[in-house]
Amino acid sequence: MTSLLVLVVLVLVSVAIWQLTKIFDLTQVGGDADNSQVANDNDNNVNGYLMFAFLVFIYITTIVCVVKYGHFPLMSNSASEHGVEVDRLMWISMILIFFVQTITQALLHFFAYKYRGKKGNKALYFADNNKLEMIWSIIPAITLAGLILYGLYAWTNIMFVDEEAENPMVVEVYAYQFGWKIRYAGEDNVLGKANVRYIEGINDMGVDLADPNAQDDIQASELHLPKGVKVVFKIRSQDVLHSAYMPHFRAQMNCVPGMVTQFAFTPTITTLDMRETPEMQEKVANINKIRADKSKQLVADGKEALDPYTFDFLLLCNKICGKSHYNMQMKIVVESKEDFKKWLSEKTTIAQTIKSQEKKAEEGEVETDSTKVVVDSTLVAQKLK
Amino acid sequence: MSAHDHANEHDHGQEHDHHHKDTFITKYIFSIDHKMIAKQYLITGLIMGIIGVGMSLLFRMQLAWPEESFKIFNVLLGDNYAPNGVMRNDIYLALVTIHGTIMVFFVLTAGLSGTFSNLLIPLQIGARDMASGFMNMISYWLFFLSSVIMLSSLFVESGPASAGWTIYPPLSALPQAIPGSGTGMTLWLISMAIFIASSLMGSLNYVVTVINLRTKGMSMTRLPLTIWAFFVTAIIGIVSFPVLLSAALLLIFDRSFGTSFFLSDIFIAGEVLHYQGGSPVLFEHLFWFLGHPEVYIVLLPALGITSEIIATNSRKPIFGYRAMIASIIAIAFLSTIVWGHHMFVSGMNPFLGSVFTFTTLLIAIPSAVKAFNYITTLWKGNLQLNPGMLFSIGLVSTFITGGLTGIILGDSTLDINVHDTYFVVAHFHLVMGISALYGLFAGIYHWFPRMFGRMLNKNLGYVHFWVTAVCAYGVFFPMHFIGMAGLPRRYYTNTAFPLFDDLQNVNVIITVFALVGGAFQLVFIWNFFYSMFYGKKAEMNPWRSNTLEWTAPVEHIHGNWPGALPEVHRWPYDYSKPGHEEDFVPQTVPMGSDEEQLHH
Repeated sequence: MTSLLVLVVLVLVSVAIWQLTKIFDLTQVGGDADNSQVANDNDNNVNGYLMFAFLVFIYITTIVCVVKYGHFPLMSNSASEHGVEVDRLMWISMILIFFVQTITQALLHFFAYKYRGKKGNKALYFADNNKLEMIWSIIPAITLAGLILYGLYAWTNIMFVDEEAENPMVVEVYAYQFGWKIRYAGEDNVLGKANVRYIEGINDMGVDLADPNAQDDIQASELHLPKGVKVVFKIRSQDVLHSAYMPHFRAQMNCVPGMVTQFAFTPTITTLDMRETPEMQEKVANINKIRADKSKQLVADGKEALDPYTFDFLLLCNKICGKSHYNMQMKIVVESKEDFKKWLSEKTTIAQTIKSQEKKAEEGEVETDSTKVVVDSTLVAQKLK
Repeated sequence: MSAHDHANEHDHGQEHDHHHKDTFITKYIFSIDHKMIAKQYLITGLIMGIIGVGMSLLFRMQLAWPEESFKIFNVLLGDNYAPNGVMRNDIYLALVTIHGTIMVFFVLTAGLSGTFSNLLIPLQIGARDMASGFMNMISYWLFFLSSVIMLSSLFVESGPASAGWTIYPPLSALPQAIPGSGTGMTLWLISMAIFIASSLMGSLNYVVTVINLRTKGMSMTRLPLTIWAFFVTAIIGIVSFPVLLSAALLLIFDRSFGTSFFLSDIFIAGEVLHYQGGSPVLFEHLFWFLGHPEVYIVLLPALGITSEIIATNSRKPIFGYRAMIASIIAIAFLSTIVWGHHMFVSGMNPFLGSVFTFTTLLIAIPSAVKAFNYITTLWKGNLQLNPGMLFSIGLVSTFITGGLTGIILGDSTLDINVHDTYFVVAHFHLVMGISALYGLFAGIYHWFPRMFGRMLNKNLGYVHFWVTAVCAYGVFFPMHFIGMAGLPRRYYTNTAFPLFDDLQNVNVIITVFALVGGAFQLVFIWNFFYSMFYGKKAEMNPWRSNTLEWTAPVEHIHGNWPGALPEVHRWPYDYSKPGHEEDFVPQTVPMGSDEEQLHH
């Protein structure tokens, strides 16, 4: 079946090529029918008009893309405090870009159409003009200076976190092939030391259990964040480079084995509230429609239907890290401070978990399989291939 | 002219020629003639290009229809890489990696620079050959060897290198992390080390030739902009490629001899590795110290070619010749101090991010100057819309569209959210991939008569251009939007994220455009090889151009000019100059007594 399809496509393509060449050939009729293979007035005319048509094509493509795909889910509806600033800068840059793009493409293609060659015409000998060169050096320079200043101001605010003054909540994000683990710093808000060399049994994040700061650290398989509290993520990797990408929060930082990187932000909207926003409702409804259509096809083929989708914030890997890079994700739950406290208080500390494990082991209920970690990260169980 | 006089005019290069006859091997294989080496580069580059583009079509199909199985995967990739027509997920990454490597280095560096620097430097500056023909030959054959090694990695059982063309360790260093980092990665590193040696030999040759072998009257400010671009490109290559070589060597040490330059504290496949104290961020710095200038190594020659073709076919002087040279130099200089914009979120000190944002956005200024100068050159011209001209205008168009989004990516604040998404893929494919490819095509259409003594069929050329132009926009324009929706690149499939389900139809559209565009490259391939043998015989100066290469005979001879070397009296852009009958005045025409000299 596939080979037939490929064959049909190939045949169609060759027919198309033949036809197109013929069109260009036909445009020669009535011309001086030369075979110099150098453009003559006829070619200049045809291609000049096509240049103009191409300008229209660019504009139409732009408009279609903006209308159909331009909800820009990642340029509005930011879920973090600094995200508002990022979005504003993004909008300013985008509008500027669209403006310049529209003008320059128009000039380029219009000139290509307008000044298409004609035998006997002579071009203007115009080799230099310092004034013009100054204009198009200085205007971009001033515009860019503005963008740079705004950008650097925002960047400095986002990246430089004064931990003593702001006292943000410390959370460790730990990446491995192919998943994430989370460690909360506990009461003291200080993470215990850690290194992959301490990895043993269920201590799978390599926490140094001798460190007093580690005693109240809590490990989790889901990232919960309190709304309105500044969080600083201390990011580690167990094996290769990963990147902790939290697009809804306009946050991203690479996870580098051998060093701790960091990123900080303040979530401003809970998961539940985000689900209620009109933009999100529309997006989710659209996705569910697509999924429902697909499910019909799947059921008809005797396969399982897809689950309906509910929105959740996500942490996903955005640096090529191996074969399952495409499915390295974790759910992020933003909730009220009270809900968060409640959720966290139900967790046991790493130290306690290990102690009870050891106790069980002594009692003979051997259960020391280090690989057994339950990671509830995916939103929807997906069956691939 | 007496026989005696005639003999006197021959210089050394010509006389040498009389003493031995070319055999098939010295003429077509181990040639030291720059024109033959240029053709060798071009054909090798085209073959690599077909493979590189072909790979992209395969992984585009995977992205558009992730749940389907394709017999063609099985046929092309074999039972090991694509069992039952389903592409293995690590092989997807391998294809992405090798596609990137081949296109950036083998097609757009060697295929573009190698072809046109070799062909045009001696011919346009009025030299008999390169400074060192022998080194030039070695340079090509090292390139050929590295191509063979790179392709051989496709047949390794564990798969070719799969860590992305940027080969960031630890992924590229540890076979436990991905199978492609075994033998495949070793072959990649060997191939690239040889490639760098080849590239350095070529670059040194270009620089020395341009500095020393210009003919009488060819001052630096009378050089065609092609030569300026090739010259500056060669200098950036010499400055930056050795750094990649050192990074590759250190990576080889880490992989094979247990050193820890780039690796530290790694727990993988159930055990702790011994590495301690190294940093992958160091590798990123070394890699991008080449990696970013590399973008301009690819782009500048294309811009040089475009400058020449746009001026010739507009029948107008290139606007702002000196500003064009200044912007080439400015871009080249800035290109070596902006590498950190690839690393805003790498974990390096955020202060560095501020510095690199500043230097990166500065590049927009010389780029804007170039774009506006091209547009002004078209203004009030008498445009001869030959296929080469169409590709040159197309280049300016994609250079603008792709370049503008650089303003977003170069801004560290905005890069946080679009870094490594499809927005980046769209940006660099337009601004360096498609633009440089258009430069390559433009150059081929324009100088094919100079290379093969025959013309390419223009109608096939028009079909090739218009379909390619529409498909290139069709592929890369919508890609910006899926990037802005947060879709990360290098995902084998997006089905693991229901969040992205609404972008799937865009992926299908992109793939359809890619397949059609890819298929239509066959028109070009057919035109190229058919015209090589059966094309219309070319005149000496078919485009009525001013530069020196069109004063040499159509049939290639050693030493380029049968008699004395041509002498240059004017800059190369005297098109439609008032006071002249013809609308072009070749550089060899002496200045009239009352004529104004533009450049000395």
